[in-house]
Amino acid sequence: MALDKPYADIPGTTIFDADQARMGYHLNQFCMSLMKVECRERFKSDERVYLDVWPMTEDQRQAVLDRDYNRMIELGGNVYFLAKIFLSDGQSFEQAAAAMTGVTREEYRKMMLSGGRSPEGNRYKREQ
Amino acid sequence: MARITAGVASSHVPAIGVAVDLGKTQDEYWTPLFRGYEFTKQWIAEEKPDVVLLVYNDHASAFGLDMIPTFAIGCGENFKPADEGWGARPVPEIQGCPDLAWHIMQSVIQDDFDLTVVNEMDVDHGLTVPLSLMFGQPEAWPCKVIPLAVNVVVYPPPSGQRCYNLGKALRRAVDSFDEDFNVQIWGTGGMSHQLQGPRAGLINKKWDKEFFDRLVNEPDELATMPHIDYLREAGSEGVELVMWLVMRGALNRDVKELHRFYHVPASNTAVGHLILENNL
Repeated sequence: MALDKPYADIPGTTIFDADQARMGYHLNQFCMSLMKVECRERFKSDERVYLDVWPMTEDQRQAVLDRDYNRMIELGGNVYFLAKIFLSDGQSFEQAAAAMTGVTREEYRKMMLSGGRSPEGNRYKREQ
Repeated sequence: MARITAGVASSHVPAIGVAVDLGKTQDEYWTPLFRGYEFTKQWIAEEKPDVVLLVYNDHASAFGLDMIPTFAIGCGENFKPADEGWGARPVPEIQGCPDLAWHIMQSVIQDDFDLTVVNEMDVDHGLTVPLSLMFGQPEAWPCKVIPLAVNVVVYPPPSGQRCYNLGKALRRAVDSFDEDFNVQIWGTGGMSHQLQGPRAGLINKKWDKEFFDRLVNEPDELATMPHIDYLREAGSEGVELVMWLVMRGALNRDVKELHRFYHVPASNTAVGHLILENNL
């Protein structure tokens, strides 16, 4: 029997559950490697070559090269792992979140300063 | 005898640690947040806890996907701040409390909570940011810390009920320790926030306020709230709030609320902070 996923109808949200964690295993472990200075340097010197070391899918590698965080999440990435990429790029969680919501950092910051994204209309996919 | 004298809840947003480390606490953006912890700094300087049992979650720092313990207790002598991708935070090393930690481990496992024992691990912002908020920037942290890591990164985290019951088991463990320690328990993380996908930036003030109220006044009922409510209402990362229930479970049914603080935003997150005194 399939796992019950009552969270599947939350819009704009991917829960890092068993299926996602399995799919994203190597992508996320690649991210973990970036916590080591020497790995960060290898990645920076040639991203493509370093990514090829990891048994990821080509789609996952391309999403990393594109810094397409929504795509990485769709392919099993988790934001706390992906953070190792954007932090080593010198970006903050705020900048990454802005990118994932498709707005500039200034627009995103303004939204947060005015109280954040409202839950109204954002609880169920059917509301969108 | 050791006793749990108080519970503290606090968010542990990484950007707060960056603001402390870079001397930005007086910036316009950060002033309102740090003001909310002024009371706490004075209070805790007078309370002088010997040990803090610090419930937090690791954010893919010590635990990647190679090991995912649901509950892990740090029994080591000391713990270093983790390099999370931009170098370790310039904060003091954390002194553990192996005597009490091993005692808790033996007591709690026999009380049906199968904790993972960790002797060697680095601790990330989940643990060090609350220390900075309560103690500022001392040369050395003024108390010992027992890290208690809860998995809230890989779904599912333990249920609210399980966390609440673990708190009760921790209380029994501390109560049965012979040394005369003043112990505090801190529950960290939250409040509403979502860091991923097109819904990132979600904040739910009304829900957060209710969570505060229910945590103080009706924790037994709050503990039964299912994960889906946290995810839908407080954001995918808001589910961290189950860790506050560990703290609450370790306190008496009736507590005295000493201090409450709420602020939006810190980076992507609604910051919540609470001090509950255990009426012993």
